[in-house]
Amino acid sequence: MIGGLFIYNHKGEVLISRVYRDDIGRNAVDAFRVNVIHARQQVRSPVTNIARTSFFHVKRSNIWLAAVTKQNVNAAMVFEFLYKMCDVMTAYFGKISEENIKNNFVLIYELLDEILDFGYPQNSETGALKTFITQQGIKGQHQTKEEQSQITSQVTGQIGWRREGIKYRRNELFLDVLESVNLLMSPQGQVLSAHVSGRVVMKSYLSGMPECKFGMNDKIVIDKQGKGGTTEDTGKSSGKQSIAIDDCTFHQCVRLSKFDSERSISFIPPDGEYELMRYRTTKDIILPFRVIPLVREVGRTKLEVKVVIKSNFKPSLLAQKIEVRIPTPLNTSGVQVICMKGKAKYKASENAIVWKIKRMAGMKESQISAEIELLPTNDKKKWARPPISMNFEVPFAPSGLKVRYLKVFESKLNYSDHDVIKWVRYIGRSGIYETRC
Amino acid sequence: MTDSKYFTTTKKGEIFELKAELNSDKKEKKKEAVKKVIASMTVGKDVSALFPDVVNCMQTDNLELKKLVYLYLMNYAKSQPDMAIMAVNTFVKDCEDLNPLIRALAVRTMGCIRVDKITEYLCEPLRKCLKDEDPYVRKTAAVCVAKLHDINAQLVEDQGFLDTLKDLISDSNPMVVANAVAALSEIAESHPNSNLLDLNPQTINKLLTALNECTEWGQIFILDCLANYSPRDDRESQSICERVTPRLSHANSAVVLSAVKVLMKFMEMLPKDLDYYGTLLKKLAPPLVTLLSAEPELQYVALRNINLIVQRRPEILKHEMKVFFVKYNDPIYVKLEKLDIMIRLASQANIAQVLAELKEYATEVDVDFVRKAVRAIGRCAIKVEQSAERCVSTLLDLIQTKVNYVVQEAIVVIKDIFRKYPNKYESVIATLCEHLESLDEPEARAAMIWIVGEYAERIDNADELLESFLEGFHDESTQVQLQLLTAIVKLFLKKPTETQELVQQVLSLATQDSDNPDLRDRGYIYWRLLSTDPVAAKEVVLAEKPLISEETDLIEPTLLEELICHIGTLASVYHKPPSAFVEGSRGVQHKRLTSSAGSGESVESPDTGSAAVSEAPPAVIPSQGDLLGDLLNLDLTPPTSTGPPPAAAPGMQLGAMDLLGGGLDSLMGDESEPLGGDIGGSPAMGAGFGAPPAAMPASFNAPISGGLDDLFDLGGGGMTMGTYIPPKTVWLPAMKAKGLEISGTFVRRSGVIQMEMTLNNKAMSVMSDFAIQFNRNSFGLAPAGPLQILTPISPNQSIEAALPLSTVGPVMKMEPLNNLQVAVKNNIDVFYFSCQYPISMLFLEDGKMERQVFLATWKDIPNENESQFQIKDCHLNSDAASNKLQGSNIFTIAKRTVEGQDMLYQSMKLTNGIWVLAELRVQAGNPNYTISLKCRAPEVSQCVFQNYETVLKN
Repeated sequence: MIGGLFIYNHKGEVLISRVYRDDIGRNAVDAFRVNVIHARQQVRSPVTNIARTSFFHVKRSNIWLAAVTKQNVNAAMVFEFLYKMCDVMTAYFGKISEENIKNNFVLIYELLDEILDFGYPQNSETGALKTFITQQGIKGQHQTKEEQSQITSQVTGQIGWRREGIKYRRNELFLDVLESVNLLMSPQGQVLSAHVSGRVVMKSYLSGMPECKFGMNDKIVIDKQGKGGTTEDTGKSSGKQSIAIDDCTFHQCVRLSKFDSERSISFIPPDGEYELMRYRTTKDIILPFRVIPLVREVGRTKLEVKVVIKSNFKPSLLAQKIEVRIPTPLNTSGVQVICMKGKAKYKASENAIVWKIKRMAGMKESQISAEIELLPTNDKKKWARPPISMNFEVPFAPSGLKVRYLKVFESKLNYSDHDVIKWVRYIGRSGIYETRC
Repeated sequence: MTDSKYFTTTKKGEIFELKAELNSDKKEKKKEAVKKVIASMTVGKDVSALFPDVVNCMQTDNLELKKLVYLYLMNYAKSQPDMAIMAVNTFVKDCEDLNPLIRALAVRTMGCIRVDKITEYLCEPLRKCLKDEDPYVRKTAAVCVAKLHDINAQLVEDQGFLDTLKDLISDSNPMVVANAVAALSEIAESHPNSNLLDLNPQTINKLLTALNECTEWGQIFILDCLANYSPRDDRESQSICERVTPRLSHANSAVVLSAVKVLMKFMEMLPKDLDYYGTLLKKLAPPLVTLLSAEPELQYVALRNINLIVQRRPEILKHEMKVFFVKYNDPIYVKLEKLDIMIRLASQANIAQVLAELKEYATEVDVDFVRKAVRAIGRCAIKVEQSAERCVSTLLDLIQTKVNYVVQEAIVVIKDIFRKYPNKYESVIATLCEHLESLDEPEARAAMIWIVGEYAERIDNADELLESFLEGFHDESTQVQLQLLTAIVKLFLKKPTETQELVQQVLSLATQDSDNPDLRDRGYIYWRLLSTDPVAAKEVVLAEKPLISEETDLIEPTLLEELICHIGTLASVYHKPPSAFVEGSRGVQHKRLTSSAGSGESVESPDTGSAAVSEAPPAVIPSQGDLLGDLLNLDLTPPTSTGPPPAAAPGMQLGAMDLLGGGLDSLMGDESEPLGGDIGGSPAMGAGFGAPPAAMPASFNAPISGGLDDLFDLGGGGMTMGTYIPPKTVWLPAMKAKGLEISGTFVRRSGVIQMEMTLNNKAMSVMSDFAIQFNRNSFGLAPAGPLQILTPISPNQSIEAALPLSTVGPVMKMEPLNNLQVAVKNNIDVFYFSCQYPISMLFLEDGKMERQVFLATWKDIPNENESQFQIKDCHLNSDAASNKLQGSNIFTIAKRTVEGQDMLYQSMKLTNGIWVLAELRVQAGNPNYTISLKCRAPEVSQCVFQNYETVLKN
């Protein structure tokens, strides 16, 4: 199991050091600094073995978090734990920075004592932790016996992510379907790979211990209903209305066995914001933009680039924050750009022409042309021609996912599904959206 | 509030000031001071001097302050054990506190204080906490048992905590169950044979129920524990799999991977014609692909595991090639791993896409990645025959880019393609030759020279090309020198008329001006071959080469099986068994897959396209997979750098000697010539072409060392007269060890057991970095030092090595008793073989028992321990037999003659102190002896008898 946990600043000075196992000594702190943080070479692996001691590290801005062990630990768990620890710290004091860590080191030690026992991760849900690890830290004495046992049963219980007795005057929930669409396209316009990775993020402000049921246009569910002929809306919802989900994962509140047997998504949600599910689709993706590149090398000192982008969605919808990044060779000496829409600039420090368009409606197209002057070099190596990448945001889900319902049942309190105010929003963003040129 | 100020105080006299503040009356000031102490501790300053003052602050109702003091205690208690006792009272009191959070805190902290005296006080509170009404306290106490066990295992057993912990598996609270499982699993690891985690269908059912309810971490503990269970039959296997599959949708990647591990393992039990088996296979792919959208560090862990899964069951991901395409922004470690998997999944169906991708990668920035991509193209050509042509043309395109390292890498792989498809692509040679000058890496130069030599007859200016390399011959690396020598000899054999001068030149460079024994040896061999029998030379040098295999870097199947059982863990990331990187007793248990009774054969994927991947090469010791980890625990540093220079064992040699020694000996007909010298430099050889030796040994590369050994034996130790040394037998055939052939025997000289081996390199590449390790065996035989092979072994070279053995290694009973399992590692791979040593190796020189003692012992050993054997067809008289046996440390104590029958009473003593007594009856004129053996450990009798037989008959 995890033998120790260290946090360093960018200089390699240790900010937090907590040792859980006897086989990890103080010299481990230095070994990591010398061999990884101060290493001359770029980091080649997130797992490093130094003198039979294994170091797992992740970096958040310029802070290094390292978990150390001498045993054959579950490596995936260690990384998941490190990420979780970052989440917990962020939930407590915001951004993970040297200053924030120094300001909260007592709190961090307290958290580390609670969420990792002898190197075994324990309940690390912020919702639960915040009930008894507070920045005041003195709440302990004023709790009644009931409060105390409520805390402990929540921390250890089946529903460790939600406490009892939550009350809201207005029961409200927000559902965000956030998708990132990824594309790799050949210069000829052939899709080499495309997939959507989506997340359903829920913000719930619901009283009591509500039982929720979430439904979407999952092909398997719709087809099943279609066959059974149970409801009246099957006729129209089958066909292209439904989408094939390659795979999905759920927050730990979702009853997985129920999803496995009936493919229904039921759960008692945590309070506040959390990620209900993640999913991935690869079929019938709506690619919001198509990029058509044309690069011509004119002699050895000049390049001509023309890029056309076409928006491919309903004309009534508007895409925002569009940015096209056209890489330029390292020996670029000057660039002239002409674009029909938006603004384009050559950024020498980034070796790219960055073309920005604030808004663009569906079924439109726009174009940029550039002349790139090159310095003659004796470098034999050809320019690698990195792909042209794109960023954008569109108000629909490129996977075609639709939320069909989110039902809320709370039998003990007197509010019903109809009383809950629900909001649904779809946002499609570019993930790695690249076209080779 | 800002705590960062505590980090900044670095004044002198700080400790003194802190002391004053710690003893302040004001609570706030005290707390401030403790915070400063903790900050100093974090930075690495020694604040242990404040121990009593800090401990004084412990008695407080301020929880935050208490926690800080505990933190301090955990760090320094070990250095101040006597003072730590001061804290005990508070702990004990806190364990009775009304607040469960405080009870848990106390028991949790107490377990972290590794001071013997404190652990004594811990037992009672721990016992109470294990049965606490509050689940939070129970789950903390469960982990505390593991802590205590780490400090004092005996105490935990004596106090009966293990039973209480077992009871907690049935606890009503899922988190208590999960922590109890984690604690028990850890304790069980250090007691491999205890039945601590008594997994039976009932407990499994409990675990599966808790699995649905506990935290994500708890689910990991439970799944990892489940993976160790062996279901009774395929039905149980299936029902567990059914209950584990929903975990594949968990958001936590570690839960997913641990579930994959359980499924991969239990799938082995399922009959393949079962519908469910197919369903399960299908269910595994999507979650594995989803792991690739996790954070990069997790992607890396996932990819390393997928690499194993793909080797074991290629069918799972065969349609998912695209997801492994490298993204421009992937971190380098992700890119390299993806590339590996792409090659594994490459097949005829997807090769076009793969090649297009690889070509893209070959233009990227990172040098390592680009090289690997180029190499991958070559591997595709070798793997998918239909694509070879396209691969070659892609490589040629890349060569045209003129990027130096790309060109070099491409030439290295093209050489392999030539090996795989001889005489097919030589049209590209012209293009390759254009780049001759840009090659500056030895591997690329050697590859290019090989190509020129191999196809010398089709390259018009081959002689000029090779000559150009010859100019700087001495500055080249050995690899290039050797290759150049061979290539020129090939050229000479193909075009003898115009290249005579060239070959003379290279032979003299190699033999006269070089310090490298390998090079000299090879030079002499060629020289002699060419001068004596050019036809034979042609047959040897231009012989047809064995084909190279498709997959070069597959993990050895038994290791793969073990690694599959470790999916998700560090072992699966390193691709090494835990014993290779974990110290001590932990992790040395070896896990293996248990397959259903009907399907003992290797996993055969249903489609033939990928069948090649799953066809496991034969393991040398197939039936003992669980021993492999032991053997693999090799010291991975080359032996030359570890030990001191070799002890002057008589069998040690200079590498040069054995190759030529036998032949030379017979050639010169001069028996008195000392054989230990460096024959390469002896005057007889200087003659070269001028004085062709009279005869050549038929196969010059076979070690002719039998005669030499005998010579050495006589010269070696003084007292070894008549010691019987079994002839060398082949232990490891070259076929099973990628060209390495090992034959050997055991000798005992002056009380030292030696393993004498001949290592013969029958492969095409140089072997180096040898290391050896034994598995545990009946008498604890172990290498007394590292295997000393100081020079790399060139192809077709053989080398003698003598390895002194000790008998203090770990012991495990083997079947047969004198069986020894050995792992030998070299730069190519690790190989395993087993051999049997004559038990007389273990007979000590002081094995002669006093007569009286003998009589008493003989009587004392019960009769059922006596065994009788017949030795047939032995024509020695009793005295001769006695003499002969004495050479093997079997001592005759008394001789009695009764009615024409000689009775010899003999004794011998084994290295582990076991005495064996024998009565040997020899009747004049009767070739059949009767022998009775008596020993307190009757298992050895059979071995001893066999030894008698071999000694007497040789």
